[in-house]
Amino acid sequence: MVDSVKQPGRLRPAPENFLSEEQIKAVGAGRRDFLRKSFLAAGAALAAPLAARASEGDPNILQNPEWTTTLGNPVAMRPYGSPSKFESQLIRRESPGLARVGGASVSFAPLQGMFGIITPSGLHFERHHQGWHDIDPSRHRLMVNGSDDSLLKKPKVYTMDELMRLPPVSRIHFIECGANTGLEWGNVAVPTVQYTHGMLSCSEFTGVPLKTLLEDCGVDYKKARYVLAEGADGSSMTRTIPMEMVESGEVMVAYGQNGEMLRPENGYPLRLVVPGVQGVSWVKWLRRIEVGDKPYATKDEAVHYIDLLPNGLHRQYSSIQEAKSVITTPSGGQTLLDKGFYNVSGLAWSGRGRIKQVDVSFDGGINWQSARIEGPVQNKALTRFNINWVWDGKPAILQSRAIDETGFVQPTYGQLRKVRGTKSIYHNNAIQSWKVIESGEVSNVQVL
Amino acid sequence: MFRFSKTILVLALFSASTATVAVDNYKGIGRQATPAEVKAWDIDVRPDFKGLPKGSGSVDRGQELFEEKCASCHGTFGESNEVFTPLVGGTTKDDMKTGRVKGLSSGELPQRTTFTKVATISTVFDYIQRAMPWTAPKSLKPDEVYAILAYMLNLSEMVPADFVLSDKNIADVQKMLPNRLGMTTDHGMWPGASAAKGGIGNGGKPDTSNKACMKNCKSEVQIGSTLPDYARTAHGELYDQNRSFGPVRGTRTLGAAAAAPAAAAVSPAMELATKNGCMACHGVNNKIVGPGYNEVQARYKDQPDAEVRLVAKVKAGGQGVWGSVPMPPNAHLKDEDIKTLVQWIMSGAK
Repeated sequence: MVDSVKQPGRLRPAPENFLSEEQIKAVGAGRRDFLRKSFLAAGAALAAPLAARASEGDPNILQNPEWTTTLGNPVAMRPYGSPSKFESQLIRRESPGLARVGGASVSFAPLQGMFGIITPSGLHFERHHQGWHDIDPSRHRLMVNGSDDSLLKKPKVYTMDELMRLPPVSRIHFIECGANTGLEWGNVAVPTVQYTHGMLSCSEFTGVPLKTLLEDCGVDYKKARYVLAEGADGSSMTRTIPMEMVESGEVMVAYGQNGEMLRPENGYPLRLVVPGVQGVSWVKWLRRIEVGDKPYATKDEAVHYIDLLPNGLHRQYSSIQEAKSVITTPSGGQTLLDKGFYNVSGLAWSGRGRIKQVDVSFDGGINWQSARIEGPVQNKALTRFNINWVWDGKPAILQSRAIDETGFVQPTYGQLRKVRGTKSIYHNNAIQSWKVIESGEVSNVQVL
Repeated sequence: MFRFSKTILVLALFSASTATVAVDNYKGIGRQATPAEVKAWDIDVRPDFKGLPKGSGSVDRGQELFEEKCASCHGTFGESNEVFTPLVGGTTKDDMKTGRVKGLSSGELPQRTTFTKVATISTVFDYIQRAMPWTAPKSLKPDEVYAILAYMLNLSEMVPADFVLSDKNIADVQKMLPNRLGMTTDHGMWPGASAAKGGIGNGGKPDTSNKACMKNCKSEVQIGSTLPDYARTAHGELYDQNRSFGPVRGTRTLGAAAAAPAAAAVSPAMELATKNGCMACHGVNNKIVGPGYNEVQARYKDQPDAEVRLVAKVKAGGQGVWGSVPMPPNAHLKDEDIKTLVQWIMSGAK
């Protein structure tokens, strides 16, 4: 289908401001013919002299708009910039009924309208276990100690001043909640990609490899094979991290996110970054690191974040986010405006390394073609893919399938449920399907 | 070159002759933690009970504490599903013998509770100690944690009503946990060393094996599930959750009639109520765990001293007026904030 795009598509003037409510309904009902006339109609709606000239062209061109004919705003009017007032729809949102208490809830990132691979910090998804605080960095401390004295020579305390003097690294990584897409294990439950996949974000993190600190405290790598990370919030959330990942240099004590400090909702002033591993292990408001010789079975690895299997056993210490992908545009809850050319775009990622290939199907998985990968592809980071599509106005089912550098191919719902059933809650990395109907409406379906 | 190699040799000899690892690699960065500091923060308790504080607590004492500090969210019997998932229920005497909760595989369990899942009693102790109660984490003394846990064990029918849980007998309780054998680490999702190498899991072997077929991969498309109608509208107007320009529009899910009413300004009192967690238990026009604000207003509107009485109730907590679920005390709230909240409630909570 990539090769079939011989014509550049019938691009029409953007009709957004021309459409009345009735016309938008008509689009929903599959009638698009009036759009061809809407251009002229819009001209007619303007001032009379212009109406007379509407046939000469677009009134937005023929009559300069106010931003072209008046003085604009001064610098630093908004000392910390904010998005355009026209962008108010794309915000973090909660899923109604998912949690009863906002302090132990989730807000989802609006993937349906985002570009590239970096999540603007203000749109980064949130998951708190006991609410968030805006911690005073001058009073924040990081303690490193051992579960007993033989594992670490010298327990130490670091201030933010000291941590920020150490040699830093900056790396781009995705973070995905282990429960992302968890609502969909049994059946389709939510309408848009914000709610199916929005516990997913990707940032450039800056900080100090945890290895640097452990070695500064004289860790004994032979005995200390596990790390406990603990937060400074009320829940003082804890998780066990394998020392192998720390030794590799990947695990980072981060303070920077996308060029600024971490946002309070994301752990200001310090959080753990554990690339490829589910978000719960990226302990926010990090206050303590303990090295130990055994795993800890903390609440969030013994009561929650355990995967229920059909035989009644729970998988414990399941941490890696396996290869996964999703088409973000067009996606559920969106409507295509007309037949013709579209760029189909999405995200792919793997907790086991780099994305090697992403395939897209327009017929529910019977035939596939490889998408363009926007590079350079980063290790354990979101990877943007794009593919051309000419929609013929007929029903279609769009899917994407990620393949990572280990050769692992993202599974179908049928394959995943065969081994894990439908009650796991966590680690749903099945292929997502979006159904397009004649009216152009896109909705969430599951193909087995 | 010769001199350089010699230096390396000397360094190598030096490090071999001294201890294993260097410390303080960055001059002037970090300082030794004092024993008191480590003690203050190192409160974690491991499955082998490393870190467990000495102490004890009875079921009776636990019941008092639970009703005072825990029941407002978890229900008097730890059974409530109103605010959080239930703590207690779903386990049987037989599960205690086998160490596997049968309801997890038989499908008979309507909902998983903490005790149907947890395989390590240390986890529950650690979590109560570090994070509970919800609005006053780390306020419980070790004896209180033992007592509350003892009460929960009694509710789970694991220990009798006269039981006293302590650091001496908690290991015996571990041997009775109904789902103590219910965990498996035989999977490929642990990012460290495998069990064969002294770690956890199978070393990263995935449990699914899709193939990257490209053409005529199947004869038909089998749809397993589509979006139910109620789910299409449950997340509000999707048109307003997408850009108003670009290649697509949000689908109108609520119809044009519902199109974007101007966002009502949130009152400062509402913000206060949201920020302090009041809205978790009280709706403006509906009961959640506690009464709706409309109900409170209706009950107290004709009482001249309503404001004074309600301020006192919010501060000290209370029970009985609206049923058995108690309202926890809110001593952390400023008096003027409580006054603002009460006045707001009595004026209709708009």
